[in-house]
Amino acid sequence: MTAIENTFTLDVPSTTENLALIREFVTRVAAQAGLNETEVGQLELAVDEACANVIEHAYGDDKTKQVIVRAIFDEDTLRIHVIDTGKGFDPTQVPEQELKDLIAKRRTGGLGMRLIKTLMDEVHYDIEPGKRNELRMVKKLRRGE
Amino acid sequence: MANPFSIARSSVGELTVLALDGFLDAHTAPEFESAIQSDIDAGHLQFVVDCAKLTYISSAGLGVFMGFIEELRERGGDIKICGLTPKVEQVFEILGFHALYDIVPDVPAAVQRFAEVPVKPV
Repeated sequence: MTAIENTFTLDVPSTTENLALIREFVTRVAAQAGLNETEVGQLELAVDEACANVIEHAYGDDKTKQVIVRAIFDEDTLRIHVIDTGKGFDPTQVPEQELKDLIAKRRTGGLGMRLIKTLMDEVHYDIEPGKRNELRMVKKLRRGE
Repeated sequence: MANPFSIARSSVGELTVLALDGFLDAHTAPEFESAIQSDIDAGHLQFVVDCAKLTYISSAGLGVFMGFIEELRERGGDIKICGLTPKVEQVFEILGFHALYDIVPDVPAAVQRFAEVPVKPV
């Protein structure tokens, strides 16, 4: 039997005001995919961090731009793609620093990416600045475990 | 979505208690930042942040705790965090906040901690 893929797409203006809507979207899809409450919370946070990076860094708070969030799940995985056409901020290139050092430098850079890497099973990034940047995150579905 | 985030401010002696309600993300973090800044401007340096009604936090919210802590401690103040729900506490744990911040169960415990250790040594 061929595995059935379920695909959901949200396409919203790039503003932090829409982060709540984005979290609502991924929360609903994650629940439908069968994630438990803890996993839904982890996915919610990872996607929020990814989209906040796009809104603030890739698009520089330009509300005329769009952020696309695509959620695809089948029997084994839930994949989230965050797509933008901004300047190609690559969060995977932000160096990981100790919390203490970040505080001393009065910076918070890289915390979002650290959360994403911790909360998701896989993280990939394709970057074509100004054309199409895509952060792909994978959560494995641990059914029956 | 009405009132996604609000802050209730009160005092216990010299301590400022900020009770957060709702979600703290990149959209609502500036409101929290302004609240703390206003109190610092008024000369208040000791904060209890009560997170019992905080339903969600992202790194933008955590960044507010990070942004003020060094200045406050240099001036003899601190931020004690209390009332974390398991969901919110998990985020603090992932990023190692427990080593750098006093995190206690509730407001009375935070008040007690201020009496015992006014500035957390790190």
